Amino acid sequence: MINKQLEIGAQDISAIEKPINRARLVKAPEHFITQELIADINANGLDENRRGFLRKGFMTALGGVTAGLSAPLAMAAGEGDPAILEKQEWQTTLGKNVATTPYGLPSIYESNLVRRQSPGLTRVSASSVAFTPLQGLFGTITPNGLHFERHHQGWYNLNPDTHRLMVNGLVKNPRVFTMNDLMRLPSISRTHFIECGANTGLEWGNVAVPTVQYTHGMLSCCEFTGVPLKVLLEECGADLKKGKYMLAEGGDGSGMTRTINLERNLQDAIVAWGMNGEMLRPENGFPLRLVVPGVQGVSWVKWLRRLEVGDMPWASKDEAIHYIDLMPNGEHRQYSSIQECKSVITTPSGGQQLLDKGFYNVSGMAWSGRGKIKRVDVSFDGGNNWRTARLETPILTMSVTRFNIDWIWDGSPIIMQSRAVDDTGYIQPSIKTLRNVRSTRSIYHNNAIQSWKLDSNGEVSNVQVG
Amino acid sequence: MYRLDKFTSGAVTVGMILLGGYSSYAQSQTSSSKYPGIGRHATIAEVAAGDIDVRPDFKGLPKGSGSVAKGQEIWEAKCASCHGTFGDSNEIFTPIAGGTTKEDIKTGRVASLNDMKQPHRTSLMKVATVSTLWDYIYRAMPWNAPRSLTPDDTYALVAFTLSLGDIVPDDFVLSNSNIADIKMPNRNGMTTKHGLWSVNGKPDVNGNACMNNCVPFVQIGSTLPDFARNAHENIADQNRMYGPYRGVDTTQLPLKQLPVSSGAVLATVVAPPAVISKGPAALFKSENCSACHAANSKLVGPSIVDVANKYQGQSDAQDKLMAKLKMGGAGVWGAIPMPAQAQLSEQDRRLLVTWMLSGGK
Repeated sequence: MINKQLEIGAQDISAIEKPINRARLVKAPEHFITQELIADINANGLDENRRGFLRKGFMTALGGVTAGLSAPLAMAAGEGDPAILEKQEWQTTLGKNVATTPYGLPSIYESNLVRRQSPGLTRVSASSVAFTPLQGLFGTITPNGLHFERHHQGWYNLNPDTHRLMVNGLVKNPRVFTMNDLMRLPSISRTHFIECGANTGLEWGNVAVPTVQYTHGMLSCCEFTGVPLKVLLEECGADLKKGKYMLAEGGDGSGMTRTINLERNLQDAIVAWGMNGEMLRPENGFPLRLVVPGVQGVSWVKWLRRLEVGDMPWASKDEAIHYIDLMPNGEHRQYSSIQECKSVITTPSGGQQLLDKGFYNVSGMAWSGRGKIKRVDVSFDGGNNWRTARLETPILTMSVTRFNIDWIWDGSPIIMQSRAVDDTGYIQPSIKTLRNVRSTRSIYHNNAIQSWKLDSNGEVSNVQVG
Repeated sequence: MYRLDKFTSGAVTVGMILLGGYSSYAQSQTSSSKYPGIGRHATIAEVAAGDIDVRPDFKGLPKGSGSVAKGQEIWEAKCASCHGTFGDSNEIFTPIAGGTTKEDIKTGRVASLNDMKQPHRTSLMKVATVSTLWDYIYRAMPWNAPRSLTPDDTYALVAFTLSLGDIVPDDFVLSNSNIADIKMPNRNGMTTKHGLWSVNGKPDVNGNACMNNCVPFVQIGSTLPDFARNAHENIADQNRMYGPYRGVDTTQLPLKQLPVSSGAVLATVVAPPAVISKGPAALFKSENCSACHAANSKLVGPSIVDVANKYQGQSDAQDKLMAKLKMGGAGVWGAIPMPAQAQLSEQDRRLLVTWMLSGGK
């Protein structure tokens, strides 16, 4: 890989954070008013008609210029911001009827923030990944339409009326449940993150992708509603002394199967149908999926059709050929499941362009498969000095916690990082620390500190330090 | 249901009538149900139909057998188009065979996982348990027609797969009685000694909570190479066009200065983006045609260019292919059938076929 060197000495943070004189008036683009119009205005002054011409001239000139600049440009004309001076269409006409879009949609201005595939990552789109656009999200909850997708053999809209869940194996009463049955049972609602074990997997050896959507976008966080796994297993008379393991099996073509550690997840796993207040989306397992808090996404089996209690793990394809972590000694770690403490700054992040110096609210996400987030520190000098960020509440276990920190940019190149600590005392490691133990061929469970470099031109890019 | 029979047989009769078709297996079961009226007993036939998994100790393995030769036959018809004739193709999925040696079969550790000479980690380099192959092939293969193989087909395909790694000889017949004797090359290559499974698992790595003067010199070890700047398409189109940040216009070189001082041209919100109806290229992707077809190269099915060439100059091609999209087909391009795409509207089918016949232009 290309090695670029940049040395940043120990910077004095307080020196950076002095207020910056922000002159915002910018010269108007030239030649947007015709000579005839200037002559006319000179001769007859500005009337309503001529103002209209002027505005039209602005809009044409602004066609390719950032909207953020429109206000100062207008100011340069001396009169004021047309966004205020001029009556907008939505102020002067009748709006749309209620229920025009019976199932509401995001604003048309949000169309850039969608799930995307990483070109070249997979060759078959039915067994692939679509990443969540974390760079545009707020708070902790992932909107249902933006929840990341990972299918192994395509997705379906399963008919909920014919969907069945079977519980068998080391149980007294092997049973079958319909959706009618399951949704009558005592339900709980819990907010948890789900992260693919291969999230950030492309970055073990070197920087490979440009934005946080592709580095960390196999992460989502939702409120899930369903029946506790324990209720179902006890209802079937599961032998939980002998049965330390459970096979979860999906109803898709891949018949996705993963071994669940009942010692770890009997108390908190959910057989879920609800996601953020509505039914699961088909891409996320409608009508039923397993929620296994703290454990990698592949174990959250979608289109869940069967649970089998057993006394040994199953070594299914996705725990014997894939989702195994290669260590430097040539050995694979099998049944690696827990997603360790991790964080990332989402705004600003790789591929984003800052327009100006001055104040910014730097924001990101932190999560841990072992518990709650206790602290997040942020560095603006490549990890030399750190400040503790504000954590937004509530801080929930095995869920995303949002952090924010105030920052004033003086225009010089910087490298920003975030580092999370969870309530077990575990500290998110640097990529170097991680590689020292696991080398670079693990694919899975990369929870390293992410570095974003901001250049003096305002462009943020993905880098690795050390 | 089952609680009712404790009280009155009349209630059971009523319940059975209500259940209609289910009455045959709503047999009386006494259970200590905490949630009466919810769920029912699974019949023996249902458990047999649902419980198809095979464990490493071969619990769940159906009786049967299959030879390498038979496996090769099935392989060539149903598997080779994705995995290659010798299971070493890296075109569509990661390779299955390659990278294992006779010595590995003796030691149970695949040496090429250490020396990094092998460009890809193949399935046979990794998998420690032969049951995994049997279970997965039976439950999920072939790719576009899972659950279509019989147990004997599956034995034959596992035998053929093993023969690709010289784990069994070419005249081998694999069966439920000899499968436990198979020595996988990486059978000793897995470890569960790590902190990522158990609730009490100890982390193998931990960070450092240093707050001040932690790294006197920061050195950048890796950046995205310049040629990859636009490899994920224009990032300007992947961010909001208002708010504190824009996406970088990756079709252009980096800006020379901050936009506010240079007045550089950036993407902006001028007018609402027009709502454009889906074009054929978008349909091709969203309707999953791209799962089996590519523009120029053969995947599971023929490439767009191959289809265009084959039907060039045929006056009935449009109608023929539109019917094929609707009903599905097989035989023209090999044994793997093209599934029916009944969900497509007439208009979308027309769009797709016209587009295909023009070579995807």
